[in-house]
Amino acid sequence: MTRVIAGPFNRVEGDLEVALDIQDGVIARAEVTTTLYRGFEAILAGRPPSDALVIAPRICGICSVSQSIAAATALRNLAGGRAAPNGYLAANLAHAAENIADHLTHFYLFFMPDFARVEYAGRAWFEPTVERFKAVSGHASPEYLPARRRLLEIMGLIAGKWPHSLAFQPGGVTKAIDIGERVRLAGILADTQVFLEQTLFGVSLDDILSMQTEEDLDAFRAKASGDFGAFLDIADDLALRNLGRGPCLLLSYGAYHQAEASLFPAGIAGLGGVTSFDGSRISEDVAFSWFSDTAETPFEAETTPDAHKSGAYSWAKAPRIDGKPMETGAAARLTVAGHPLITALIARDGGTSVRTRVIARLVETAILVHAMQGWLRELRLKEAFSTHFALPDDARAAGLVEAARGALGHWVTLTNGKIERYQIIAPTTWNFSPRDRTGLAGPLEQALEGVETGALGAKSAALQHVIRSFDPCMVCTAH
Amino acid sequence: MNAVTPSRANKTLLWLQAGSCGGCTMSVLEVGAKGFMRELQAFGIDLLWHPSLSEESGSEAIEIFEDVAEGRRPLDILCIEGSIMMGPDGTGLYSRMAGTGKTTLDWVRRLAPRANYCVAVGTCAAFGGIPAAQPFSEDVSGLQYGDGLEGGALGREFRSLSGMPVINISGCAPHPGWIMETLGAIAFDEFAYTDLDKLGRPRFYAKTLAHHGCDRNEYYEFKASAEKLSDLGCMMEHLGCKATQAVGDCNQRAWNGGGSCTHGGFSCIACTSPGFEAANGFLKTPKVAGIPVGLPLDMPKAWFVALAALSKSATPDRVRKNATSDRVTTDPQRGKAGPK
Repeated sequence: MTRVIAGPFNRVEGDLEVALDIQDGVIARAEVTTTLYRGFEAILAGRPPSDALVIAPRICGICSVSQSIAAATALRNLAGGRAAPNGYLAANLAHAAENIADHLTHFYLFFMPDFARVEYAGRAWFEPTVERFKAVSGHASPEYLPARRRLLEIMGLIAGKWPHSLAFQPGGVTKAIDIGERVRLAGILADTQVFLEQTLFGVSLDDILSMQTEEDLDAFRAKASGDFGAFLDIADDLALRNLGRGPCLLLSYGAYHQAEASLFPAGIAGLGGVTSFDGSRISEDVAFSWFSDTAETPFEAETTPDAHKSGAYSWAKAPRIDGKPMETGAAARLTVAGHPLITALIARDGGTSVRTRVIARLVETAILVHAMQGWLRELRLKEAFSTHFALPDDARAAGLVEAARGALGHWVTLTNGKIERYQIIAPTTWNFSPRDRTGLAGPLEQALEGVETGALGAKSAALQHVIRSFDPCMVCTAH
Repeated sequence: MNAVTPSRANKTLLWLQAGSCGGCTMSVLEVGAKGFMRELQAFGIDLLWHPSLSEESGSEAIEIFEDVAEGRRPLDILCIEGSIMMGPDGTGLYSRMAGTGKTTLDWVRRLAPRANYCVAVGTCAAFGGIPAAQPFSEDVSGLQYGDGLEGGALGREFRSLSGMPVINISGCAPHPGWIMETLGAIAFDEFAYTDLDKLGRPRFYAKTLAHHGCDRNEYYEFKASAEKLSDLGCMMEHLGCKATQAVGDCNQRAWNGGGSCTHGGFSCIACTSPGFEAANGFLKTPKVAGIPVGLPLDMPKAWFVALAALSKSATPDRVRKNATSDRVTTDPQRGKAGPK
C-alpha cells in the first residue's frame, strides 16, 4: 500500500488536496481535504441582516449570484415576504446565466483539457483533442470565452456587474428592466443559443431538449459535429460510464423559483425513485473536520476553527441527511426533476458516473436557455421589480437554492435585529465531504475507491476525470 | 497571433490563489476579443502556471513553484489573488498550499522576492479584504498592507526585484481591464512607481472617484435622494453609497458590457478601499445630526452642507419625483422652441 498526496489539484475552483492509499494500482481509500478556511460564518455574526447581501456572495467568485440568491431567499423567508413577480424572473435570468457560464467554463477550461494529457497519445481522438482542448493553447477556449463574455452581459443589464452584485434583494432586484433592455437581453440569449447550437452541440437546442433515451443520444452522435459529440466519443472509448460511481442518493433543493412554482423541484432521488425532501433532516458532523464539536443541525451549529485537532483532515464539515451522504449537482437536479435521459442513464449505469455528470450539465444549458427565453417574455415591464418589507428582529429561516454545482443552503438566526448565527452548506460541502463519526466517507471519497491509477498514481488521468467530473467549488466548500 | 511587443523578450507570469474566492480570475477571463489566454499571448506574457487554467497538477505544478523559489526559473510577474491567511496565531494554517505541506503564507514569502513585479490581484491580496473583517482582522492580511494599513505578509518595506512595491489592483472583484491593463503595462516595461497612488493602486483607474460618471449625477447635484434600493435617486444620503469616497473609474468604463454598481441600482461599498469590509450596515448611511459622516473626498464640510441645502431648495420637480421611483415617470420638458 502506498500513500500519495494529490495537490495542488488545479482546474477546480479553489484549493483541493486528495490523499490516496493505492494498492496494486487501485485506490483503496481516499481522503478529500479542503485546505482553506476564511470564516465567513463568523464574519456574518453580529451584523445587520442586509450585510449578508454584501458578504455572502463574496464566498465565491464563480457562483456569487447563487450565494446572493441563497442569502436573499433566507432574508425573505425571515420576513415571510414575497418578491415582486418580475423580481423572481429577473433574478432567475441572472442566476441561470451564471449557471450556464459555470457549466461551460467547467467543460471547456477545467474538464476537457485532461483528455489532451500525454498519457492518451496514440488514441484515435488524441490529436484533435490536443488541438481543440489543450490547456491554455487549445482552440476551443478562444471560441468559448467570447461567448461567455457575451452571456455575462446579462449581468451588466440585471446585476450591474459580475461577480459580486448587490442587485439581488429579498423583494426582487434593484433595477427595473425597460423595453430596450428586454430586447438587448433577448439578443444575448439568441447569441448564446447560436454558440450552443453551432459549437457545443452541432444540432438545434430542440434536438437536445427532445432526447429521452440512450438511443436518442446515439442518434444525436451520428449527426452531431460539436464538442459534446467529441466528448461522447472519448467517454465511450474510455468507458467513463463505469468510472466514478456516486453514492446513489441524489439531492436537489429545487431551482429557479417563482412565488408559487419552480423550474426544477426539490427532492431526493435514489435508484428506487424520487422521494420528498425535508430540510429538518439535514445535519453536519465535524468528527474529521478542523472544528470544535458543535450541534448537528445548521440552525444550532457553531463554526469554531481548531487547526490542530487530532485526526481531522479537512476544513469542510460532513453534511448528511438521515445520516447519509448525498451527491448534488446537475445530474441530481435533472434526476429529481424526472428528466428522462438522465434518469435512464443513471438507471442503466447503476448510479452517477463521470459521463453522466458531464452530460447532465450540458443538457441543462439547453434547458436553461429555453427557460430564460420564457422568463424574458413573462416580464411585465410596467410593473415593479421589487417589493419592500421590514425584517423581524427575532426570527430564524433558511434559504435553500441550487447553485450550478447543486444544493446550497443558508441558515440564518436573527436576535435583536442582528445576525446571531449564520450557517452555510454549499454543494461541494456535500460532494467533497470528509468522513463522519461513523466512518462513512463522502461522495467523492466513495467514488474514488476502486479507481485504477496504474503506475501513474496521483498523475493518473482517471483520477483527474473523477474529481473534476463533480465540478468542485472548493472556495464555497469550507467558506 | 503576433505579440504586440515583438522587440522585447517574453515575460513570465505565475498566478497563485491564496485566501481567495476566485472572483478576480473569473473577472479577468473576460478580457479581449478572444479571452484572457490569447490576450496574454498578444502581450508576450508566458503563463508559467495558473490554478484555473494550466494543465499541470500536483507534483508537476510544485516543480514549477520550486524552480521559481530556488531561482532556477526567472519570474517577471507574480500575481497573488486572495487574502493572505496569517492565522491562527501567525501559523498560516488557515490556508495550506495543497500537496506541499506548506502554508500559502510560506510560499508567498519564498516566491515574492524572486519576482520582478509582484501584483496583488483584488482587494483581498492588496489589503486583506472581506476575510479580514471582524473577528479575523488579526489573522488575515494583504501582501504589503494589513487592512489598517500596517505592514502585510511581506512587510511595508517590501520591494520586488524591479524595485517596485506590490502593485495593488484593488477592487472586489476588479474590472477585468484593471487587471489586464496592469499586466500589459508591465509587459511594455513602462510601469513606474509614479504610476501608482499612495496605496500602490494603478493610477490609470485610481486617479478618479467611482462617483465620476455616475448616471445618477443629476440626483446627486440636486440632493434628490433614493429612499430605498430600486429608487432612481442618489444613494449617498440614505443608502450608504460611498462612490464619492472610493477611487475607481467604475462609472467611466462598462462592466459586463454596460453595467456598474450604481447603474445596477445599488450603492458603492468602496470595495477598492482598505478596510471597506469593516462597515457594519453597508446599506445605510451613517449620520450625525442628520448629516452623512462620510462626505465626498476633498470637500470641506461647511461647503457641502451649504451647497446641499441650496441644491435641495432648487431641485426641479422632475428630478424630485423620479428620485423615489423605480423608473422615470416624469420626462424632461421640451422647451418652446427646442434646444438653442
